[in-house]
Amino acid sequence: MKFLNNLTFGQYVPADSPVHSLDPRCKILAVPVVLTGIFMAGHVAAFAAWAGLLAALAWYSRLPFRLVLNSAKPVLILVAFTALIHIFFTDGTPILKLGFVTITREGVAAAAQMGLRLLLLVLFASFLTLTTKPMELSDGLERLFSPLVRFGFPAHELAMMMTIALRFIPTLLTETDRIMKAQLARGASFDRGSLWKRLKAFIPVLIPLFVIVFQRAEELATAMEARCYRGGEGRTRMRPLRWSGRDTAALAATVAVVVALAAGERSLLP
Amino acid sequence: MSIAVEALCHTYHPGTPLETRALDDVSLQCGRGEWLSIVGHTGSGKSTLAQHLNGILFPDSGTVSVDGMQVVEKSPNMRDIRRAVGLVFQYPEQQLFAEDVMEELSFAPTNWGVQSDRIAPLASAALSMVGLDDSYLARSPLNLSGGEKRKIAIASVLAGEPSYLVLDEPTAGLDSWSRRELTDLLARLKKEGTGIILVTHDLDIALNLSDSILMLDRGRSAAFGAPSEIMRYLVANSVPGLRLPDIAALSAAIGRSDPAAPLTWDRAELKRWIKARETGGRRP
Repeated sequence: MKFLNNLTFGQYVPADSPVHSLDPRCKILAVPVVLTGIFMAGHVAAFAAWAGLLAALAWYSRLPFRLVLNSAKPVLILVAFTALIHIFFTDGTPILKLGFVTITREGVAAAAQMGLRLLLLVLFASFLTLTTKPMELSDGLERLFSPLVRFGFPAHELAMMMTIALRFIPTLLTETDRIMKAQLARGASFDRGSLWKRLKAFIPVLIPLFVIVFQRAEELATAMEARCYRGGEGRTRMRPLRWSGRDTAALAATVAVVVALAAGERSLLP
Repeated sequence: MSIAVEALCHTYHPGTPLETRALDDVSLQCGRGEWLSIVGHTGSGKSTLAQHLNGILFPDSGTVSVDGMQVVEKSPNMRDIRRAVGLVFQYPEQQLFAEDVMEELSFAPTNWGVQSDRIAPLASAALSMVGLDDSYLARSPLNLSGGEKRKIAIASVLAGEPSYLVLDEPTAGLDSWSRRELTDLLARLKKEGTGIILVTHDLDIALNLSDSILMLDRGRSAAFGAPSEIMRYLVANSVPGLRLPDIAALSAAIGRSDPAAPLTWDRAELKRWIKARETGGRRP
């Protein structure tokens, strides 16, 4: 019986590529730039250009293209839902009438546009987590937010919380799997009966899980204190982040591509 | 009436980078009223094997059957199989969830569809089997001591009246007194006709109490037989992660210089032999 042993989508995939070795801050900053670019795209040609860039980025990151596409799986339902809403609720020239539903030419166009846009957004954003270790990611965020510390923003604490949360996801999945199996052996069934019955069947899983989570948190806190952890102030790092010329170049190139595509679409296409 | 495993293979995460062969061509047999111990070091596949015995995991190839019922995914007999084979996981106290011990103990019987007027006596009987009295019924299982929690968890499986009891390292983290209480309980259950399958790395318990022992080494069956055969195997071959109990090691050491010495893990037997040899040696 397979419960939760799927590999998580969008999880870091180690590889030796120029994208992997970029400073995490560079990648974090590039994401909103790229996302803005995709939001500005509207024409088919612009979407095609972005799809081409996606393939190029996958190749440059030495990631199998299928794996990149896989990371969009969890949001496919959302994409389909958004597209359907656009198909059914956009006014314009009717091309098909089914009872009280009218499908318009504009609706189909808007649906395709929104669907593609969402897909591209998710796929590009997933490169951040696919090519950056969770630790680097939280390090990068901490450094990016560090100027706000003087206004009382808890940058280090947030990064630490994120690191710990990410670290415990696989552990908790394993624990959940174990407890589910144990209750199954005592005759619980998670896939029979009404929705209410199924929800109730999860109580014997959730309660032990909460107990374990609090125990773990307690143990982790003790272990950290025993190693004299006391927060961010004056804390040094084993591997300090280093911003190099390559990172500046990569970020500049990203901005240039986004600006060029947006300008091109405005001036060349109607 | 027995649990039989034939040429069982199991692979975790097939087709991914995490693919691991957990069990490879493992066979075993255990009847009611018999005690089988599965020994091996960490990662040898013991727990994976235990989870096959009541349909929590299913074989990739090979067969598992319980009292003649095939354990396959979507088997129509799955409830009967799970009911016949009680499975006590490692650190079973972590699965406690109920508000009071009574609710915890009635979880399995209720799931098996036992009539409600029979549940209270079953819970009470299970509780007394693990050596606790009815005053515990109203207490919260989460506020008990570690040893008591373990007992409640085992009682909660016993309350389902299993014909076989599979236990995965039930003595881990217990003091020697509680360990003794637990093995006494298992011996009593065996005498009353329950089949006991004990997953352990404690060779002392396995050699002293089992009818047969299956030794796993990296997912393969290294040896399967009576305790005396396993003992001979262990003296001849070193198995990583398994250490002979002190008495057994001593008897093996004596055996190397004196082939007449018995190969035994029984303190009294070895002592008798040494005594006999001493008196024999003093003779002119």
